[in-house]
Amino acid sequence: MRKKQVAIILILAAAVAACSRDDFAIDVPFLGFTKPAHFPDPVYKIANNEVTKDGFELGRKLFYEPRLSRNNTISCGSCHIQSAAFTQHGHDVSHGIDDRLGRRNSPPIMNLAWTPLYMWDGGVFDLDLQPIVPITAHEEMDESVSNVIAKLQNHSAYPALFKKAFGSDQITTANFTKALSQFMIMCISAETKYDSVVQHLGNAAFTAQEEAGYRLVQQHCGGCHKEPLFTDNSFRDNGIGAGANNDQGRYEVTLNESDKYKFKVPSLRNLAYSAPYMHDGRFIRLDAVIDHYSEIKGSVDSDPLLRNGLSLNAAEKEKILAFLNTLNDQNFVNNPALAEQ
Amino acid sequence: MIKHISYLLLIVITLSSCKKEIGAPPFDPNNLAPLSVEFDNIVGGQNLVLNTGNYKNAAGETYNISTLKYFISNIIVYKADGAPYVVPQDSSYFLINEAEADSRFARVNVPEGDYSKITFTLGVDSLRSTMDISKRTGVLDPAGGHDGGMYWGWNSGYIFFKMEGSSPQAPVDPTGQHSYRYHIGGFGGYSAPTLNNIHIITMDLTNRGIAQVRKNRKANIHLFTDISKLFNGATQISIASNPQVMFSAYSTTVANNFAAMFTHDHTEN
Repeated sequence: MRKKQVAIILILAAAVAACSRDDFAIDVPFLGFTKPAHFPDPVYKIANNEVTKDGFELGRKLFYEPRLSRNNTISCGSCHIQSAAFTQHGHDVSHGIDDRLGRRNSPPIMNLAWTPLYMWDGGVFDLDLQPIVPITAHEEMDESVSNVIAKLQNHSAYPALFKKAFGSDQITTANFTKALSQFMIMCISAETKYDSVVQHLGNAAFTAQEEAGYRLVQQHCGGCHKEPLFTDNSFRDNGIGAGANNDQGRYEVTLNESDKYKFKVPSLRNLAYSAPYMHDGRFIRLDAVIDHYSEIKGSVDSDPLLRNGLSLNAAEKEKILAFLNTLNDQNFVNNPALAEQ
Repeated sequence: MIKHISYLLLIVITLSSCKKEIGAPPFDPNNLAPLSVEFDNIVGGQNLVLNTGNYKNAAGETYNISTLKYFISNIIVYKADGAPYVVPQDSSYFLINEAEADSRFARVNVPEGDYSKITFTLGVDSLRSTMDISKRTGVLDPAGGHDGGMYWGWNSGYIFFKMEGSSPQAPVDPTGQHSYRYHIGGFGGYSAPTLNNIHIITMDLTNRGIAQVRKNRKANIHLFTDISKLFNGATQISIASNPQVMFSAYSTTVANNFAAMFTHDHTEN
């Protein structure tokens, strides 16, 4: 009798131990950066920055670290919120330090390994150089990178975390931004219903409405929103007209007249989470975006693909919206590995 | 008379021994010796003094200078026969900062020998400007200093030449001051061609002293960088008309005045 009781207790203890977080973590090895089968090869030079568990976790900690801002109040995650597909939901333009407002809509941290140029105007050509921009921007974090590194170097935990990730507790600009890159390129959205259907996973299938919407999107939107990333990463004038702040977009980077009012083509993934839309967040609802493309009587400056408008009827708009809903990735916005720990 | 002759002989011997001592050794790329290139900032005929020095340009505008920094890179020295020695690129980036006296020396190592020409880049070449961030250390670290440094984050690239100051002729800026700010950069563009303000400067050393680089010496090529030539160059620049010049087409006009700022004054061997 006594032996039996002991045995039961032992079994229970073993079961509890098996359920504990640590054992669970052992069962799920860190896989590093894995390209989704139906995605093209990444453009980010992963050979220069192999993603490791320690580097990824350090990058994640830095992404959610308010010490990156002047008064330790704003982190990357402040304007790139996971539940909003790493955008700042509800804000037309980003809302930074001291309640200062930026001039553009916070873009998603999503599939950046396939993004050749960053920011709405493409002014940054390497993800490793990208964090410098929000850190030093007056209306975002208003800090210097050298001061951020000094703060991290004097922190009780960071030097050891950098040593684990990069072999040295001396924090450098390169290791700092490469850790952030390791986290950011792991923010992959590739598990939508669309992804399941095109990969023939299980019994995944579009409804008739979604299927019709898919055809319409391929026909009318695919010229710019190219599958499977739903962007061709080009810069175009989509005919919405200059905003009140006369943001000239790509022109500011190239000083090329033909680039005036061109902005990066954003992905169509996760639109349900990432309103408002456009570089200045001027459309708060997706149907307003579709109406714009349908009705646009494009100026001569807008993209040639749009000049005649798409002339969609109400039924077609409904179908497109139904398809766009298949591009929402619940696993991406809920993935605990991408959340603040 | 004999005494005079012996003096003469002594002088001749001394001279010839001097000459022998500094005769050019055979060129050996592994036999390196120190060479410095000194960038001595001046304004017209005066030494440049930050903040308190007041100067006047050809447009009749008075100005002072509170910040003056520029990148010098990719130093190449040439022997009289034209043979070049390219300083290894990793050791060939310098930030000349008027506020830090010692930064005026670009210190390199080159093979022992006599050099009669030098070229360098004012700015940072496009290759380095697009290299992996781990290859941008020291003065090239994009983290910059407390004043924001010499790097544009929003349009990835270095500021090659930064000069700021005030001038009564400059219009009042949003801070309420009569400031001018010249931040000149642009390496040609990564994804699309754009401004290229990289300038390669050539200095002939023949007239004012070749550099005789030896292990037991410290040859120093002393250059003047005359900031007044920035305003009074091929195109006359007016502070009142162009108080802020950054990433704009006009920056090319300013940059086209760069080369004329540099003159070789002398060489210390």
